[in-house]
Amino acid sequence: MSDPAQLQKTALHGVHQKLGARLVEFGGWHMPVQYTGIVDEHKAVREAAGVFDISHMGEFFIGGPFAKDFLNGLLTNDVEKLSVGQGQYTLMLNDEGGVIDDLILYRMKEEEFLLVVNAAKIEEDRACIQARLAQAEGVLFEDRSAQTSALALQGPRALEVARALLGAGWPMPEHNQITTCSWNCQRVLTARTGYTGEDGVELFVLSEVAEPLLAALLEAGQPLGLKPCGLGARDTLRLEACLPLNGNDLSPLRTPIEAGLGAFVSLKKAADFPGKEVLLKQKASGVDEKLVAFRLTQGGPPPRAHYALFLGEARVGEVTSGAPSPTLGYGIGLAYVETEFAEPGTKLELEVRGARVPVEVVKKPFYKRVK
Amino acid sequence: MSTIPAELRYAPSHEWIKVEGTTGLVGISDHAQAELSDVVYVELPKVGAKVNAGAVIATIESVKAASDIYSPASGEITEVNSELVKQPELVNKDPYGAAWLFKLTLSAPDDVGKLLDAAAYKAAIGG
Repeated sequence: MSDPAQLQKTALHGVHQKLGARLVEFGGWHMPVQYTGIVDEHKAVREAAGVFDISHMGEFFIGGPFAKDFLNGLLTNDVEKLSVGQGQYTLMLNDEGGVIDDLILYRMKEEEFLLVVNAAKIEEDRACIQARLAQAEGVLFEDRSAQTSALALQGPRALEVARALLGAGWPMPEHNQITTCSWNCQRVLTARTGYTGEDGVELFVLSEVAEPLLAALLEAGQPLGLKPCGLGARDTLRLEACLPLNGNDLSPLRTPIEAGLGAFVSLKKAADFPGKEVLLKQKASGVDEKLVAFRLTQGGPPPRAHYALFLGEARVGEVTSGAPSPTLGYGIGLAYVETEFAEPGTKLELEVRGARVPVEVVKKPFYKRVK
Repeated sequence: MSTIPAELRYAPSHEWIKVEGTTGLVGISDHAQAELSDVVYVELPKVGAKVNAGAVIATIESVKAASDIYSPASGEITEVNSELVKQPELVNKDPYGAAWLFKLTLSAPDDVGKLLDAAAYKAAIGG
């Protein structure tokens, strides 16, 4: 394991230690993997509410009269569709159509955008953007990751908790929207999004506000069942909801079409973006492999990343994410498999430590909340 | 604070062994079960398997990951705790009792004395 002293720490690092969290390395950061236990925290988010420190994620502000055009030439989704106060899931690709990062873009003002990026990709994303900025005019770029902290409040009671904290005057955002409010005379951005399959909001604040905000949130949420949650539960929650994890399910060697994220790629928009040509070809002629969801059908050890999938003697796929599902009680996973075996209902075998375990390709997602 | 019974010997890889004559009873420590948390699957060796001290002999899976379990002693497996296949959570509940993993006939019973005693194990885990 990496030396914790070498790892980056969020403004809440000391709070996590006080709360008794177990801290591990994640994307170069020293982050809480769990407080009371992954299953306990997972259930809190599915049944009540959980709060996650997501301050390790990056926040870029992009502004100016040509910011929209710049972003449309950088990202896969159509920025023209974004009205002020709205957000969209989008991807940044390399020239081969492979995924550099998956991100959320918010339109804060007509000419100001907020891009939320993965922790491990802050440097790479910034380098990509800055290289393109050299050829762009009328675009301002600022990386505010270091001075920004963020909390993800998730679960069926998350909005109640947010309301209890932020008061009756809080302009609650609609799905995928972002609003600005004030708490303790401090500016808070609240975005109705998340990475758990539950309803909720992500709160963005200046880092010096993070500690009092989390303390107030835990106090306000305590009667509603709110628990601090770590990256362990975040991973099982997002896997049940079939939300991809960059570095596992997404990589520079896989395109969004292969990953089943075609809905977040606009091939019709006028702007060219890196990888567009490759994606157009894939759309026309199909892909060799697809990211599918699968489950164990007769018990056995849980799937893990890099396990192989077989049909008879033929190796037909590889697992990218896997875990025992705390909600469903059986092993679930995501895997790239050859397209002819990607249909739900296809029966395959998972190889675990030399033995074979029966699995079945299923429809995504494993878990969908009742709205 | 984790429990470390004085009558057991411990491997640095967190397995405990209890010796009765030439038979050893093996499990994982309270510290190890707490580190793993939420055990969901236990894979045990076959009865009759021969194992060397320090070799991988079983697998315990938590929600997060699969962890190798090493045999703290050399010998032949004589019995495994198949109850753990049905109730893997016993590893979290009773690591020194109901969640014993396997028994083995020790080929070198004296070597067990080279393992850590409770005080040394406590120091090893920073207790």
